[in-house]
Amino acid sequence: MSLSIDDVNRIAHLARIRVSGDEAVQYQGQLNGIFDLIAQMQAVDTAGVAPMAHARDLFQRLRADVVTEPNRREAFQSVAPQVADGLYLVPKVIE
Amino acid sequence: MQWETVIGLEVHTQLTTQSKIFSGASTAFGAEPNTQACQVDIALPGVLPVLNKGAVERAIRFGLAIGARLNRINVFDRKNYFYPDLPKGYQISQFTLPIVEGGALTIQVGDEEKTVRITRAHLEEDAGKSLHEDFHGLTGIDLNRAGTPLLEIVSEPDMRSAKEAVAYAKALHTLVTWIGTCDGNLQEGSFRCDANVSVRRPGGPLGTRREIKNLNSFRFLEQAIDYEIRWQIGEIEDGRAIQQATVLFDPDSGETRMMRTKEDAHDYRYFPDPDLLPVKLEEDWIERVRASLPELPQARQTRYRTEFGLSAYDAATLTSSRTLSDYFETVTAALPKADAKLAANWVMGELSAALNRAEIDIATSPIGANRLARLLGRLQDGTLSGKLAKQVFEAMWTEGGEPDAIIEAQGLKQMSDSGEVERIIDTVLAANQKSVEEFRAGKDKAFNALVGQVMKATKGKANPAQVNDLLRAKLAG
Repeated sequence: MSLSIDDVNRIAHLARIRVSGDEAVQYQGQLNGIFDLIAQMQAVDTAGVAPMAHARDLFQRLRADVVTEPNRREAFQSVAPQVADGLYLVPKVIE
Repeated sequence: MQWETVIGLEVHTQLTTQSKIFSGASTAFGAEPNTQACQVDIALPGVLPVLNKGAVERAIRFGLAIGARLNRINVFDRKNYFYPDLPKGYQISQFTLPIVEGGALTIQVGDEEKTVRITRAHLEEDAGKSLHEDFHGLTGIDLNRAGTPLLEIVSEPDMRSAKEAVAYAKALHTLVTWIGTCDGNLQEGSFRCDANVSVRRPGGPLGTRREIKNLNSFRFLEQAIDYEIRWQIGEIEDGRAIQQATVLFDPDSGETRMMRTKEDAHDYRYFPDPDLLPVKLEEDWIERVRASLPELPQARQTRYRTEFGLSAYDAATLTSSRTLSDYFETVTAALPKADAKLAANWVMGELSAALNRAEIDIATSPIGANRLARLLGRLQDGTLSGKLAKQVFEAMWTEGGEPDAIIEAQGLKQMSDSGEVERIIDTVLAANQKSVEEFRAGKDKAFNALVGQVMKATKGKANPAQVNDLLRAKLAG
């Protein structure tokens, strides 16, 4: 598999990254290099090997359903760039 | 031209845990903004999620209730997208190995029963809330809801009309509240529906679907789907193809409008969350949860039909919520003479009407099940006629008190002394010679008028059946 310039531009759009024409060509080469590595790994025979969801062969420990966290809004919001009425303020985003 | 509608629903049910799915912050509704958002929920660097056992247990409960397969090993994935109310930049969800797969729900549409298959149900965290008003061009973010546990329940595209979709949503709502995994509060957003809608030629290949997001009432669900069906058919018949898209329903205009097309669809780049290990469900845990399940609505419906001889409609109505069903069972069990039909009629009739008028839930009914049963007992033993029983019910509702005390105080006992009834009948007949003549001339209406006069003279306390018999005997004689 290899990526076209259109693919690179689409990925850049989805990632909200502005990419110039020269950069797109550069990234196309680098990304295709990664795909070559993936192709190399996919050539390995994994028949009969169960897929791993995690690098450790362990299972998740569960927490009891108990409220343990106090309200620490003041401390958390003291490092926020902008707050009002207890809310964090961010630039407007509307879909 | 004929079209067939195909609908599948995705329902987000908020689980009834005390704390969040990956943190120890409270999930209580309505707190001051950001007072229930801890370091994990606001995604400070270096924090780690720890899975809530209560959330997993509720997912198991739901899976068992719909006869699904529980994945003994299931995995949490990251669903990546950018939005300010999602501070980590990803939502922890389950993608390739959800906790629940398969299962089905039986729904009742009119007289027909139908099975809707369930594809999967997976655990995930809710996002925070964005407030777009009042902040001079900025958006306010409240992260209290961030990290609230959700079980997203995805159906197969098995529904063929808005009515069926609503029936399914209601049956699901009944089930999750019945087994206690969700409080079902639609206003607070505890139960939110997304509907995937497409149209096709009957039996043909599936059409392109559009997804209507975030419907939080059964009425909007029905309106939005009906509008969407008409719109899609109109587009196709005008020669335009449907584009796969996500749309929003505007309750004010009653229309759906485009939010985004497939072209701008997010690529969520799902991958297993390295912060969470796979979850293992031990058999003894599953069995303990199974043992704790109550009798389910479907089983009760069947029992009401076979054991009590109730109609399918009555059985379905009485099992529409667990509180209603439990109330009905308590009344039935407390009646001096077994008569489930009588209990059903009063619970669905007089009581439900009074509750609706007063807009109160049966859980807080001013007349408890045992007190209602004592009233019905007086109906069974002939102390009260149906009409008098309704009067006593009214008094119990407005003033409270025991049925026997009310009967005594207001002198509502049905007349059982036939001699006294006969004397009143004689007086009525003497005073209404015209009606008597008319009845003898073959006018049946005149008979009813005479019964009415007798009932009036006894202030409604005579037994109507007894009055009928005595009156007929006298007029024949």
